[in-house]
Amino acid sequence: MRYGAGPEILRDITLRLEPGSFYFLTGSSGAGKSSLLKLMYLAERPSRGLISLFDRDIATTPRREMPALRRRIGVVFQDFRLIDHLSAFDNAALPLRVAGVAEHQIKEHVTELLSWVGLGNLLGAKPPTLSGGQQQRVAIARAVIRRPSLLLADEPTGNVDEELALRLMRLFEELNKLGTTLVIATHNRSLVDRFDHPHLHLANGELRTERARKRSEG
Amino acid sequence: MIFRTRLDLPLDRDGSVRFLPWIVALMVYLASLALAGTLVVRDGVARWDRGLSGTLTVELPAASAGNRDDGAIEQALKVLRTTPGVVRADAFDAQRTAELLEPWLGNDIDAADLPLPRLIDVHVEPSAGVDLAALGQRLAAAVPGAKLDDHRRWLDRVLRTAVAIEVVAGLVVALVGVAAVLAVIFATRTGLAVHHGIVEVLHLIGARDGYIARQFERHALRLGLKGGIAGLLLASLTLVGFAAAAAQVGAIDDAMRVLPALGAPAIEWALLLLLPVAAGLVAMLTARITVLRALKRLP
Repeated sequence: MRYGAGPEILRDITLRLEPGSFYFLTGSSGAGKSSLLKLMYLAERPSRGLISLFDRDIATTPRREMPALRRRIGVVFQDFRLIDHLSAFDNAALPLRVAGVAEHQIKEHVTELLSWVGLGNLLGAKPPTLSGGQQQRVAIARAVIRRPSLLLADEPTGNVDEELALRLMRLFEELNKLGTTLVIATHNRSLVDRFDHPHLHLANGELRTERARKRSEG
Repeated sequence: MIFRTRLDLPLDRDGSVRFLPWIVALMVYLASLALAGTLVVRDGVARWDRGLSGTLTVELPAASAGNRDDGAIEQALKVLRTTPGVVRADAFDAQRTAELLEPWLGNDIDAADLPLPRLIDVHVEPSAGVDLAALGQRLAAAVPGAKLDDHRRWLDRVLRTAVAIEVVAGLVVALVGVAAVLAVIFATRTGLAVHHGIVEVLHLIGARDGYIARQFERHALRLGLKGGIAGLLLASLTLVGFAAAAAQVGAIDDAMRVLPALGAPAIEWALLLLLPVAAGLVAMLTARITVLRALKRLP
């Protein structure tokens, strides 16, 4: 994959994510972690090669069918990408609203989830008034609200303290137990080592799969 | 509902689209005046047409100086009154002829002293289907030089002028529409550029193009209606002022009543009320098409 006429960011990557699997994606800054995630959440198309998601070849999938595929993917963006003029509640509710879910269901689910991530008293707060960690939790809530088949998170615990990071990781593990496939890009080596999940290591645009090293005690 | 819908995009806060209602207002103002002008002209022509249909004028050559009463009028009247479908035929007497000439020759003339053509005012039953060509020939046979005028030539000229005015008004409305569409396209593209980040997030979480386009189209509809209503109100004030001024001119000089009154049927004036609705719909559709085309470029 390359951006415009620039150099190849990713090359010769062959990767298959089994349904229900859980991977950490590691690599130094600029290694291409975000680019790989962008390919997975369909924000970019590869300059060559094949991407198949949910047994569909993306290159041959009609454009009108792409929103249905995207709704099965939850994304936690590195910069959160919350909508500033919408409340925490409305930001987290967005995936449900675009899917046409009834408002009474939205209210119930979103309130419950935001309470779970510790934002129950900040439902009406706008993102600019929230701390980095609070914004990150809203972004995570938005990504998981539809219980996606595939959850892609770019540094989802980068702005929260250790305790909350572990709490959020447990949320991801719960989702994983319910069948969601997860890929979590992170720099946090200690976090990776706490959990018994394989990790994908990117270096020089190439991907290497490593087995888990330690078992989490938490 | 349109005015209360929650928008995921903060389009209401865009400085770039604040000018849009003003542009639409100006467009609707111009279109309203152009359409009102068309209605007035059409109504005036219809009145003249109604007023003149069923009337004919027979023009007989002037009598020679030595023979004022040559019996031509009597012969022409005889032909006319024996023609089926002719309801009435009255010759202009000297006094009425003098009244017709008064604007040009003053009121101290004696029409009898002048070699003036003699006129007969004829009323026919419009539904009787009088053969005017045959009647003209019979009149010419009875009175050499007699001419029959059914005012059609004059009315045709008026009609051609009216059609030309309608075409110009139509062009004005079309140009105004094109300008409004371009303004909406520009405003929508600016909105897309300003809110590119939010549009992309909506796209990535699975919003269909129609969902995103609806945000823009509702906003455009609201602005279009707002501007359209303002423009129509301004145009109404202008027309009321114009009507008042026209009425005053008519009161001062009766001869100026050739200007038809602003009196087209109410149903036609009601059409003007549709202009703000049309402006809103055009803005809405334009925004929708612009957004859908732009979104096609996203993967």
